[in-house]
Amino acid sequence: MSTASTDAPASPDSALADKAHDDHAHGDHSHGPKFLAHHFDTPVHQFDTAKLGMWLFLAQELLFFGGLFVAYGIYRNWYPDDFSWSSHQLDRFMGGANTIVLLFSSLTAALAVRSAQLGTRKNTSILLLITIACAFGFLVIKYFEYVHKFEAGLLPGNLFHPHVDHLAASTAGLPIPRHGGSFFGIYFMMTGVHGVHVIIGIGVIFWIWLRNHRGEFTTEYWTPVDLVALYWHLVDLVWIYLFPLLYLID
Amino acid sequence: MANEAQIAVLAPIDAAHATTDRDFYAESSGIKNWLVTLDHKRIGLMYLTSVMLAFIAAGIFALLIRIELLSVGQTIMDADTYNQVFTLHGAIMVFLFIIPSVPAALGNFLLPIVLGAKDVAFPRLNLMSFYIYVIGAIMALASMIIGSVDTGWTFYTPYSSSSDVGSQNAVIWMTGAVFVLGFSSILTGVNFIATIHKMRAPGQHWKRLPLFVWATYATSVIQVLATPVLAITLLLLIMERGFGLGIFDPRLGGDPVLFQHFFWFYSHPAVYIMILPGMGIVSEIIATFSRRPIFGYMFVAMSSVALALLGFLVWGHHMFTSGQSEYSTMVFSALTFLVAIPSGVKVLNWVATLYQGQIVLTTPMLYALAFIVLFSIGGLTGLTLGTLSVDIHLHDTYYVVAHFHYVMVGGTVFAFFGGLHYWWPKMTGKLYDERMAKVAFWIFFVGFNVTFLSQFVMGSRGMPRRYYDYLPQFEELHRFSSVGAFIIGIGILLMIVVFVRSAIGGPKSPPNPWGSAGFEWQTTSPPPLENFPRTPIMTRGPYDYHLATEAELYSGFPEDFQKSEPSKSEPSKSEPSKSEPSKS
Repeated sequence: MSTASTDAPASPDSALADKAHDDHAHGDHSHGPKFLAHHFDTPVHQFDTAKLGMWLFLAQELLFFGGLFVAYGIYRNWYPDDFSWSSHQLDRFMGGANTIVLLFSSLTAALAVRSAQLGTRKNTSILLLITIACAFGFLVIKYFEYVHKFEAGLLPGNLFHPHVDHLAASTAGLPIPRHGGSFFGIYFMMTGVHGVHVIIGIGVIFWIWLRNHRGEFTTEYWTPVDLVALYWHLVDLVWIYLFPLLYLID
Repeated sequence: MANEAQIAVLAPIDAAHATTDRDFYAESSGIKNWLVTLDHKRIGLMYLTSVMLAFIAAGIFALLIRIELLSVGQTIMDADTYNQVFTLHGAIMVFLFIIPSVPAALGNFLLPIVLGAKDVAFPRLNLMSFYIYVIGAIMALASMIIGSVDTGWTFYTPYSSSSDVGSQNAVIWMTGAVFVLGFSSILTGVNFIATIHKMRAPGQHWKRLPLFVWATYATSVIQVLATPVLAITLLLLIMERGFGLGIFDPRLGGDPVLFQHFFWFYSHPAVYIMILPGMGIVSEIIATFSRRPIFGYMFVAMSSVALALLGFLVWGHHMFTSGQSEYSTMVFSALTFLVAIPSGVKVLNWVATLYQGQIVLTTPMLYALAFIVLFSIGGLTGLTLGTLSVDIHLHDTYYVVAHFHYVMVGGTVFAFFGGLHYWWPKMTGKLYDERMAKVAFWIFFVGFNVTFLSQFVMGSRGMPRRYYDYLPQFEELHRFSSVGAFIIGIGILLMIVVFVRSAIGGPKSPPNPWGSAGFEWQTTSPPPLENFPRTPIMTRGPYDYHLATEAELYSGFPEDFQKSEPSKSEPSKSEPSKSEPSKS
């Protein structure tokens, strides 16, 4: 009974390996392709289960970010003018560019899944690399945004000490709000937590690229590509909500 | 030969399997094969060991609390130390013991077996969940060594977020530990939901699932949806403390009560994570030892789901005196009354099951019956606290402490210990000493009530909670309560002795010592690596005593499975059966 796990480097549970050589192994027990884990009946069973697991994980990610969105909603409600002023300090062009970059990366991720389904390894590889490149691009743009915030003194809480000459032209003449620190606290938390998820995404997509490079994915087995793309779509989706709430609403 | 007309619970199988399949312990040995195992049974046992260690550690802190409170003024520690001790008691009990206890220890072991599956949906994720738990535990330990967390397990702001109070690093380590532990909980929940949806054996319809599975399912839904909110709350707290984020600090435009809202949005559903699996265990035990199906099966199953959903709507009842609006307090109070109904449904159905059942008072049954009584007291006093006008006086008094100990200890811990006794033969293949176990139960039961009944009285007379010192008029009740705590300690110690003695040299257990119709009993004790010799086909429900064959109830296998003629005598339930197949 073949019980190799789907991960090449991980050694199968030694007990299960023993069972493969057990003298009373059942007759028809090749148990299926290498990628089929021993506790699943068929590849479809395994895929359906993996997909369900991934969606459940995404559900909890939504609730994780949800807390931050609630905090945003509350503070925006309390300090609408301060939030409006602070929002104007953000660079809509850079935020918009990041939105395009992430949307495009979602496209390439989805195309990578399709390519994996079709078994076109080289295309899958290229598409995954483009996705990673876009993710890096996002982080670079974010870096420049953060640098500007630091220089301008637009920081959370106690550290909110804006330098008048670095502020946006659109708010020239308006008084500096008392609770700008609240906005920037929320801004850095939301974009920061999102950024951490982008970094994790880079790592995970690269791992999938490696596995694809090693030829682990076939027309019959491309589940990990699918699941990682789902994760990446969620990261993109969170940004789609972040961008208008932080950058666009007046 | 078995009656061919009878459809067996297990697909027909040659006798060779029953006698040569090794139990899962024998499949591999050595510590490495435990630490990298993917077998849900081994992972469950590792969790069991860990949560029991946490229970003992937190229990020692509890005894320290009660020693300090034996008399007015300082007894063995100063006020700051006292604050740390009760914080650690709470944090360890909640996050390292009670939340993982039933799902991770018993659930991991049993869920695939009662579903007829070979393992959980994601075995590697399962192992990862365990190691995340270990990392969280180490971080919590680090926080104790680095400094002092003295905020209470609820980490309320502004005290917890002020960097000039207490030990900054210790708070960050402890909240970081809880953050990490949260992911262990979430991943377990993901695993269980996927397992229940996708890994059921043929014939295992939703409407015939054991009630333990329904309870586990509802618990897992809460784990997945609620825990991330705690995670982000603690992250915000860490940022506030470390970087002055300003979100909970009024000087920076923040609101400390917002922390309470965020915290309790998780922590109220969390108490349903704590109690629901316990209720599932009670359903299983009551059915087996009344030898009947649970009365109103669908009502009990759906009440678990209802608790999971309604539990998200009542967090404000922890905050009646926090300054939130009158209108929200009224809404939360009304919803709190609503959420009591599904629990009441369960208690009614359990009692109805007992009526005209063939009751056997084994140790697990004693724990389950105690649960019904103690949980009812805890639940009803929760309603008292949910009544606005009364809560004004009782909030933050010992009445609250007594209430939650009745539901968490009288409820979950009693259910957990009942489950441990009930499934001990299944997990270890050994029987424990019934008489000594019963003695331990009674000592624990008496000690528990002595400790906590007196606290209801104290609280209603105005004794505040978390107080290091108190007025002389409370001293008698405190003494009484503290004596009870030591009685609890003796009872639990005795229980541990019972289990250790059984593990070391206890008599061998037959596959089905209790004569239960449940599916986990239709395989060897302990089970083989893949839980059943072959994928079972379920043709009846787990409580269908009228459909189960005699062999299924008394030795665990249809006649095919036995090496020799099936034994004609019906062995008594607490003695090893002579007719069980031999095992390695």
